Parts: sequence; structure tokens; C-alpha cells
Amino acid sequence: MAIQDIDITRRGFIAGSGLVIGIAMAPKLLKAAPTGVPAGGGPELVPMNTFVKIGTDDTVTILSKHIEMGQGPFTGLATLVAEEMDADWSQMRAVHAPADNDLYANLAYGIQGTGGSTSIANSFDQIRIAGATARAMLIAAAAKEWQVPVSEITIKKGRIRHAATGKESGFGAFAERAALQNPPAEPKLKAPEDFILIGTDLPKLDTRSKIDGTAVFTLDVMPDNALIAVVAHPEHCGATVKHFDDGEARKVQGVVDVKQVASGIAVYADNTFAGLKGRDALHIEWDLSGAETRSSEEIAADYVRHFDEPGIVATNNGNVDGAFDAPGVQTVEAEIIFPFLAHAPMESLDAVFVMAPDGSLDIYTGAQFPAMDRQVAAEILGMQQSQVRLNTQMTGGAFGRKAQFGSPYMQEAAAVYAASGGSRPLKHMWTREDDIRGGFYRPMYAHKLRGAINQKGEITAWEQIIVGQSILGKVDLDETSVEGASNLPYAIPNLKVTSHNVELVVPPLWWRSVGHTHTGFAVETFVDELLVKIGRDPVEGRLGLLSGRPRHTGVLRKAAEMADWGSAVPEGRARGVAVVESFHSYVAQVVEVSVDPEGIPRVHKVWCAVDCGLAINPNVIKAQMEGGIGYGLGAVLFDAVTLGTGGKIVQSNFHDYRSIRINEMPEVAVEIIKSSERPTGVGEPGVPPIGPAVANAWRSLTGTPVRQLPIVNIV
Amino acid sequence: MVTFTLNGTERTFNGDPDTPLLWVIRDFEKLTGTKYGCGIAQCGACTIHLDGMPRRSCVTPISMIEGSDVVTIEGISGKEAEAIKTAWAAIDVPQCGYCQSGQIMSAVALLQMVPKPTDDDINSAMTGNICRCATYHRIRAAIHAAANSMEG
Repeated sequence: MAIQDIDITRRGFIAGSGLVIGIAMAPKLLKAAPTGVPAGGGPELVPMNTFVKIGTDDTVTILSKHIEMGQGPFTGLATLVAEEMDADWSQMRAVHAPADNDLYANLAYGIQGTGGSTSIANSFDQIRIAGATARAMLIAAAAKEWQVPVSEITIKKGRIRHAATGKESGFGAFAERAALQNPPAEPKLKAPEDFILIGTDLPKLDTRSKIDGTAVFTLDVMPDNALIAVVAHPEHCGATVKHFDDGEARKVQGVVDVKQVASGIAVYADNTFAGLKGRDALHIEWDLSGAETRSSEEIAADYVRHFDEPGIVATNNGNVDGAFDAPGVQTVEAEIIFPFLAHAPMESLDAVFVMAPDGSLDIYTGAQFPAMDRQVAAEILGMQQSQVRLNTQMTGGAFGRKAQFGSPYMQEAAAVYAASGGSRPLKHMWTREDDIRGGFYRPMYAHKLRGAINQKGEITAWEQIIVGQSILGKVDLDETSVEGASNLPYAIPNLKVTSHNVELVVPPLWWRSVGHTHTGFAVETFVDELLVKIGRDPVEGRLGLLSGRPRHTGVLRKAAEMADWGSAVPEGRARGVAVVESFHSYVAQVVEVSVDPEGIPRVHKVWCAVDCGLAINPNVIKAQMEGGIGYGLGAVLFDAVTLGTGGKIVQSNFHDYRSIRINEMPEVAVEIIKSSERPTGVGEPGVPPIGPAVANAWRSLTGTPVRQLPIVNIV
Repeated sequence: MVTFTLNGTERTFNGDPDTPLLWVIRDFEKLTGTKYGCGIAQCGACTIHLDGMPRRSCVTPISMIEGSDVVTIEGISGKEAEAIKTAWAAIDVPQCGYCQSGQIMSAVALLQMVPKPTDDDINSAMTGNICRCATYHRIRAAIHAAANSMEG
């Protein structure tokens, strides 16, 4: 699939509404299919459909088509199934579904994938239907066995009952027979007033194994006799191997082999340390002829030159030029530069390859696009896709890094496995240095903003020019470059937003909240400046421009109320606010900031209000807001991947790609707006408001607007 | 050859003496709860207890631990460990979970040394442990809850 065919954030949602929200009924076929769970003891799990299995021990296991990377789909999707089955929460289990674009497509964009904060939104009907179907099949099996009418059977907390005869059973006893029942053509879903579990705080299904060390991530898959492979990568994006000498590397105890692959030099070893030591002993001369050799500073200088050229028009409402030219108009301008950002998930990229005796292959990896990874691996290894099982593992964070069209990471891993000859299982891992220097960053962007204020003190025009790489690789308008700006929520009569797609060698990628990472910052800091310029309060002023935007208004009012906005702030502190809609969810944040001894913002407290429609798991929603705030705050305070003179990537690990730490984490209070709207995502929408809210507070505190990120570099 | 105790059992290691304890624990002992995150003692995902003190196993050569007592997430026990794990579960601290073994090992060591830590104590003890999901807010709450649960 070409990258241009997919717009993960918008077009997919529209296309998704036309897709069939079906669940396949093929229990016997499924029973034979791989599940991604290593074989082992335990009860038999009987498939009811593509999403639900019932264990003979009464457990209900959901097959999550979405990867669990901390954002909570195991718990969220299991909640929806448990609700429709009237299961008890203690029965519920979750595993990853196999890689299969037909059975497990994300209905928001047509292939199996996790991203765009869509897991609950696209599964909401589908997986409830799966649960309701399983419930109906259990009841049908019980009715037949007990010789009573279906209508007289009830299920409560996982117990099937027939009141008149006193008959009662758990799910497990009927699992086999239920699987043989005809599924109902149109299973009836619960009305919201009948929800028992949805909207309550349930313990997360994956918590326990993440506390006692038993959770298995890809790096923890340990086949016997496995080779460990690490690849020496260049320090410039786009560089290739000109010449290498592996003499010293091969002398390292435990190093088995060294091979050149497209992306660098692969070292194969009996254990991880030997592989790393061997890699350090390589001598490699890199060919920079195709590499990015400009520095970040030079790239930024090239970016801003585009401001004076005509761009791709994303929005052009009213008459912007006329508004700026009107007599007595005051013009306010800002230019903001955003750096490259690495995702830096705790678990770097990794994959494990194990050939089965029959020549088929198991791959274990933490894939946001598992079926695409499988397809790419099969192509590189010259295998049929049907011979490759991609077993999605829990992954140590991703933030977008593990969702790549064309699966460039899997291309490398599969090529390394292919070059090994495949005689031994193989684990391929990236180190932190590979991760920080590996490209696929949130691109650099430059924004130029102009606002017009007329003689009456009204904001009459907004012009915004956005320069940066197209994440989707487009030559025409890339919605992900302008989202959040081109659909500015504020009622400003003349609005023009244009973009310039810039080509760099550095490969771009979406980063938690995609375009909103920069448009949210630019829009929310600039509107704040304009409001202050016309003497308006940042909250009241926004509300005045948000008529007809009830959900923006709702979260903004709530966050202001939580913070007691307008009340006295302690000496030496100031408050800032921002409100951003992203991925159809609405988040407002108020922050309280002082200057810390390092001279940078110290964020003491964040008040956060979120409207994500119907709240499935309030606890998960709050956790995602807290985490999104921390992730976004760390980025605006500290993070940049910088290309130095000659294009060499400066940062390499957490000592210079600085992560937020516990002493820098503010206190966070979250409230969820009660809503009966369809549920929308929470994995990303907590991120965009924190940066501008902090920058607004900082400007209020110090008088200095933030025009370049990260803040630590400019104070 | 290096001889040490791992979760109460005597173990020996015959390989490269430069091998960091992290890779001995993972590759040779097949205990996978202790994680690799950075390899340079910047993230704390590899935190274990060495003779009762929290230590980054990724920068601890195996040759340094002759005769030492190593405890990993799989072997941690005692009232502080139980209090921490109970609080961690009650507050649902983990998100992706990858850093949590290291967080818990640091938190247990903190409570062993300071039964009733202040926020500043928590900052001092836990600043070496990165969580990219930023579960810090709940880590702090869980440490306080665990400390409170051990009172009396």
C-alpha cells in the first residue's frame, strides 16, 4: 500500500465509516490458527469468533487487534466484551490477535494497526458485537442443554442461570457447545443505561505481570541457542558503508559472524555483550554522498526562506490580505522553530526470529502495523506470508515509532536474519544509540504567524505558514502538517493557512499526536499573545472566540474551574492555559509555573479536563492524560535531536537526549467530562496542550515568549 | 570464574569478565524482568539490588561482584517489597511496564532505608529511573501509599 493512500488521522476516519464492522465466525478454522501466545499448559480456549475465546476454566480471553504498549487497549477492549457478555471482571484475559489485515483491520484506516488514538473508537461497535454474539451463543447452548426457552436464561457476573429450574453454570462448561451454535444475525447491544462495567474503574489486566517482572516483551523472548544481532549504523542519516574492517570484531569472544546489510554492518554473537563489544571493534568508513550533511541550524535557515514563497493553501477563509491592509490595523507576528524529536520508547526496536521444523517462521516483535511487518519480512526472506507468523508482543512504549509504512525496521531485522543463513534463532536489537540516531523523527517545522487586530481591538485575521517535511511523503497538501491550524477552532473571520513540504534525507515519522505536536503549540501560544495584546483574559478571551464549539468550551471551563482560574497565584509563579482538539478528543490544561534554579520553567501543577465522549475506563483515561502531559512536557523543556556541523547527529543516549524525570513531573489533576458521545481516543490528546500552556505561563511570568524549542536551549 | 548469589541461589559465570551483570542475568540466567534501556546507567531500567543496595546492572561488570548477593525483581521479597507491589497494583502504576521492574527495585530500596520518605527523598531515590510513559505521578503516590501501609 502506498503511503499516499493512507491518512491515518482524517481520511481514514471517513473511509472507516463505510467499512463493514463485521466479526468472522470460523471457530474451527481459528482453533488451528496461531494466536501469538507461546504454547504451554493451561485450560483449553474455545474460540467463539475472531475476538473472543472462552476457556474451560470460565475465563474469557479477548484477542486484541491493537498492541498493548501502555495505552490500555487490553483493558479497554476487554471491558467492552465483558460488558456485553455480562462477564465478571475477574474472568477477563487479553492477548494480541495474530497479524491479519482481513480479520483484524483497524476500521479507521483499513489495515491492522494501532495509531491515531483509534483503538477504542474503531473497535467500540465491533468488539461489543463480538461479546454480544458470544453471550447469545452461550445462552443458546444452555437453553438446549437445559431444555428451557432462551428468553428465560439470564447471565450475571459470568454465571448463566435459569431461575425457574434453579439451573446455573459458568461459561466454561458450555464453551464447546456454544461454539457450535449459530451466531445471531443481529446481536442486541446493551443500551448505555444498562452498562455495568463501562465507566467504572477496573484494575488493568496487564498491571500484575508488569509488577512482578513476568510480562514478556520482545527482548524477553529467549529461544534456545539464539544468535544476538546488532547492527552498526552511521551517525549521519542517509550514509552508507564505504569500507569496513571486521578483523578486531571477529576476535571478540562470542562473536560468530559479521555481515554487511543495507543499513550497516551486522554483528552476530552468542550473547548480547559479545555482540556489542564486537560492534564497538568494527572499523567502518561511511559514504556520506547521499547523507544529510546540513546542520539543524542550516536546515532551519532554509526553512524560513520558504515563508516568502507561495505555499500549498490548506485554508483560505475571507480576505486575509484585505484585513491586514485595513486602516488602523495592528499586526502581530511570530516565528517558531520546532526541532527533530526522537520517540525514545523505553524498549528500543527489536525482533526475534525462530524457524519451526516445518520451515515456517515465527517472528516476535512489538508491531503497531503487524500485518505490514509480516508482509515485508516474508518478501525479504522469500517466503509466503502464510508461512510467517507474526506474534505481536507487549511493547515497552512506542509513541508512533513502531508504526512505519513499509516497515523499514522490519526490513533491516529480516535482512539481518536472512544474512545469518537462518540456522539458529535470532534476536535483533537496537541499542539506545541506534534509537536516538536512527532517524524517523518528528520532523523539524517552522511556523510563521501573523495576526491582525483592528481599531476596536478585535482579532480580524490570522495567517499561518507551516514549513516542514510531509510525514506522509506527499507533494500536495499533507493534512498532518496543518491539522489543528487549518481547522482553527477560533472564530476569526479571515483565516489563511499554507504549508510547504520540504524534502530532507532525514526520514520523518509521526510522534505522539502527530501534527498537533507543533500546530497545537503555535496556535495556542499565538492566540494567547493576541488575547493579551487586546487586553483579554486568556480563558475568557478564548471562550469568546469559541462560540458554537461546545466541547472545546466544556473542557476549557472545566479546567479553569478546577484551577480556580483568576484566583491569586503564589509569588513568583504564573499560570497558563491551552485547549486543543486532537483525534476527536478535547483537552484543556491549566498549568502553574515558576522559574527553577536551572532557569527553566518549573511546572508545579497541571489541571486537565478531557472530553473523549463516553468514558470506557476512567482510570485509563486519567493515566493517559498524566502520561501525555509528562511526555509532552519533557519534549518542550528538554528534547531535540540536533544535526551538528556536517550533519552528524549530536545526541546518542539519555545523557544528552534528556527525558523528563520524577523530580520534574508536576502534580496532575484530571477530570473527565461526562458525555454520551461515541468514545474517542486518549493515547495522544493529552500531549498537545501542555507545551503551549507552559509557554503561555512562562511568557506571563518572564515576559519572554517561547519561539524555539526546547525551552532549555533558549533560556 | 565469578561466583555470586542470585535471588538466594549460588551461581557461577565463566565468560568474559567485562560482561555487565545485566547481560549475565538476562542472557545466561534467563531472568528477563531486569531490562536494558540505555546501557550507560542513565535510565535505571536495569536496577537490581547488590548486597542490599540499588545498582545499575548495565554498568556493573560481572568481575566486580565476586561473592556478592544479587536480587532481581523476580527475587525481591520482604515487607517493603510487598507494600510496594501492593500499592503499585492498587494505583495501577504501569503503562507500558518496561521500566517498572527498575522503578520497583529503586522504590523498595528507598523504603528499606527511609521507611517514611518525603517528596524530596523520593526525588533523590527515583530520579535515576526514567519512565517514558511518565507514570511518575503514580509512582510518587504509590511510594507514599506503601510507606503509609507499613506504619503501625
